[in-house]
Amino acid sequence: MKTKPSDAFSPGPTPTFEESAKESLSDSQLRRNLGKATQTIRRKRAVAVDEMPDWEGLREAGRALKERVMRHLDEYLLRLEESVTRAGGKVHWARDAEEANRIISGIAKDNGAEEVVKVKSIATDETKLNEHLEKEGIKAFETDLAELIIQLAGETSSHILVPAIHKNRAEIRELFMERLGAKDLSDSPSDLTEVARLYLREKFLAARVGISGANFAVAETGTVCVVESEGNGRMCTTLPPVLVTLMGIEKVIPAWRDFEVFMQLLPRSSTAERMNPYTSFWTGVSEGDGPREFHLVLMDNGRTDVLADEIGRQTLNCIRCSACLNVCPVYERTGGHAYNSVYPGPIGAILTPQLVGIGDPGPDSLPYASSLCGACYQVCPVKINIPEVLVHLRGKVTRHKQDRGGPRQKLDPENIAMQTAARVFSDPQLYERAQRLARVGQWPFARGGSIGRLPGRLAGWTAVRDLKPIPQQTFREWWKRNRGSV
Amino acid sequence: MEAEQGFGLVATAKETILWRIRYATRDVPEEERPEDVSVEREYRKGDEAEREEIVARFAERTAEYEADVHRVGHDELPRTIEEVLKRRDVRRLVIPPYFPREWIPEGLETMHDAARSRLSNKELDESDGVLTGCALGIAQTGTIVLDAGRAQGRRALTLLPDYHLCVVRERQIVGLVPEAFAGLERAVEGEGRAITFVSGPSATSDIELDRVEGVHGPRTLEVLIVG
Amino acid sequence: MRVALFITCFNDTLFPETGRATVEVLERLGVEVDFPYAQTCCGQMHFNTGYQREAIPLVRRFVEVFDGYEAIVAPSGSCVSMVRELYPMAADFAGDGRLAEKVEELGPRVFELSEFLVKKLGVTDVGAYYPHRVTYHPTCHSMRMLKVGDAPLELLRNVRGIDLVELSEAEECCGFGGTFAIKNADTSAAMLSDKIRRVLDTEAEICTAGDNSCLMHIGGGLGRLRTGVETVHLAQILASKAEEG
Repeated sequence: MKTKPSDAFSPGPTPTFEESAKESLSDSQLRRNLGKATQTIRRKRAVAVDEMPDWEGLREAGRALKERVMRHLDEYLLRLEESVTRAGGKVHWARDAEEANRIISGIAKDNGAEEVVKVKSIATDETKLNEHLEKEGIKAFETDLAELIIQLAGETSSHILVPAIHKNRAEIRELFMERLGAKDLSDSPSDLTEVARLYLREKFLAARVGISGANFAVAETGTVCVVESEGNGRMCTTLPPVLVTLMGIEKVIPAWRDFEVFMQLLPRSSTAERMNPYTSFWTGVSEGDGPREFHLVLMDNGRTDVLADEIGRQTLNCIRCSACLNVCPVYERTGGHAYNSVYPGPIGAILTPQLVGIGDPGPDSLPYASSLCGACYQVCPVKINIPEVLVHLRGKVTRHKQDRGGPRQKLDPENIAMQTAARVFSDPQLYERAQRLARVGQWPFARGGSIGRLPGRLAGWTAVRDLKPIPQQTFREWWKRNRGSV
Repeated sequence: MEAEQGFGLVATAKETILWRIRYATRDVPEEERPEDVSVEREYRKGDEAEREEIVARFAERTAEYEADVHRVGHDELPRTIEEVLKRRDVRRLVIPPYFPREWIPEGLETMHDAARSRLSNKELDESDGVLTGCALGIAQTGTIVLDAGRAQGRRALTLLPDYHLCVVRERQIVGLVPEAFAGLERAVEGEGRAITFVSGPSATSDIELDRVEGVHGPRTLEVLIVG
Repeated sequence: MRVALFITCFNDTLFPETGRATVEVLERLGVEVDFPYAQTCCGQMHFNTGYQREAIPLVRRFVEVFDGYEAIVAPSGSCVSMVRELYPMAADFAGDGRLAEKVEELGPRVFELSEFLVKKLGVTDVGAYYPHRVTYHPTCHSMRMLKVGDAPLELLRNVRGIDLVELSEAEECCGFGGTFAIKNADTSAAMLSDKIRRVLDTEAEICTAGDNSCLMHIGGGLGRLRTGVETVHLAQILASKAEEG
């Protein structure tokens, strides 16, 4: 897998999904790894969910709670700020990625930190925090095993939950031997993990500043929550004297008790466990326990644009479980890199274009990276109707092209075909004539009872499929002949 | 780009974001309060099962995560702790504040953590293990809940040592997850204490999805359920 | 009972035999079938591809053409999904309250064939005879949007002479997805290859489904690879009788 320096959240044009998918589809190692991984998690998730007689009740409560928050986000964020401050933490507001990064590097510098330890946070990937810190002379150490792996490899994540899913153990062994100086290393997962553990332990104990994301933050109490498996989250949020948490503004939940919903939905939807190994809930700072200084950075970076779209708003319900990735037949085959975004898969296809805005061909192609099968909606723990938002965004992309594309847009073959078809369908006589014309016009393409090659954009169809010719009599012609009038 | 509204000459980030949010949600009626958005909670809030069933389920599910789980009678507890620690070859043992003295075995180097004399990270790292109580146990998910309170201590105590021996009293075990969050309200709302949910020893599935135990945090978790 | 047949532009032009079979099955069960000539297309292709402005007139036409019928039946899960599940979104998009009302009233009257037979008529045995080894592919729209459930399989199980074999991972999308097959041709082909593999694993002679769109895609692949396996719409299997075999 090549390094992808350009994605939707970086400056510069981003490749389209079709272009990137073409490449990743032919990576058989990726397809095997990813296929095996997603099938495994899918099955486990089904078991974990089937155990729950009140699963649908929880989903509905999760959806409704998120809806309540989104409709009153300003109030909840103000409450959150108040609670965190009262508990001894400090709240910062960041309009965009640059501002968030500056705030964080500022805090690190104020504390003389040249190295920081990080828990996985997709929000920090979105803002490209590590690159920014590096420019400011601060080295950020990723401490999730998978994040460590891809950081060492100089790559980007391909899955929200299992970022290094595209790497096999032999590749990881080589990486560790080369970059961590490990000698005589087998490729057994437990050996590999041991190397990482020792390497990171030193970092945890020495770090002056820890950086995390947040799964949830409670407006009522100011409690912030990190859900994890390995324990590095606990390390980063407990040991360093200063903790900085970057959080998208949509992550706030109303009350402490609302965890009873989300902490049942999240583990079963993500790792398909009844409960993940470690969850940390901290409220401001505690005397003599954990960091002496806690900073919460609330970031917008396009979320208010998503909020403003009444149909798109539900996208912000997302609790980053990745259940949708694991059931998506497209993601399973193309992998995460094909989406060219830190948010891949079905959720990424709707979140990315909404965060970065319509008008860039790369993110604009994402709503089309779907057959609209609806499997994602079925498993989403907070009931985001992803297919509905996909269709809605396709509309926005299309209208944007039509209204802003200028004269060239009028000549776009797809647009012409669609306008023509719409005209034809608007009138039964035109429609019937078009049927007859098509039947006649197909003969250059039909050979030996089958259409072997379609022209232009339609060639993709006949590249892998036969097409039977249009029959000599349409249904309505048959009806007219045999049944007379209506 | 949208106009930035400000209350002074230049709006702060906070003002800008709040303005953006209000503009984005202008479809929401002015008079609507958050509580007006109805949230139906059609899920189980409490477990109706017998206590014995709940305790047994806790033992079973905690063990499923590869934690070692034993059930002991109240009188056997001190002896069991001693045996377990001996079996694990634990010599230097970290003890949190307010841990019942009568349960701490003899013949060990005990490292007591106290507000006035905190153990250093190095000392914690070099210990052989930590012995604590807990705040709650959740049977549904096999989870131990620590609330940095009595007999548990500050978070680093249960994080750095490689072995965690945890005593759970039967009456601390609740059936379902909602009961746990209800039970923790006071610790969080009243005192803002840090809460940690522990469900098995640490694990990762990041290498070819093979679940491997033990990355950070105690790689061995042993649980004694005492009646 | 009198129903209107919603043939779908797709079947009308490319699969008229499915339309004839649908009429045959309904009439065999004593249902009177009307065919409103004024129908053209429900607008799904336009709406789902993002040409929502262009789809609205088609939505309005459909609502007018099928006004007044007690039931409207189509041999297509995807087109029925469009009308039942997405027409409300279309009416919202158009900002047209009256259209929204009409659409809401229309929705419950529109049925995919198998759900009409089983849930509305209460029939699971249509007197069909089809002595072939057949596997069934549940199409995404019928399964997830319309939630037809077991209806198609119940109907198939009662077909005399049939050797019905289960398709593994049946619920996975075949990869057609409308314009997806053109715009993301490579990914569509990758999904198709797995669906074909599973169809071949069943050693069935025939793969059936309630949507000719999926069948055209699956059948096109099966044909290109010269597998000898054919695709036949569910309606046609149900219409088969002893004399025809």
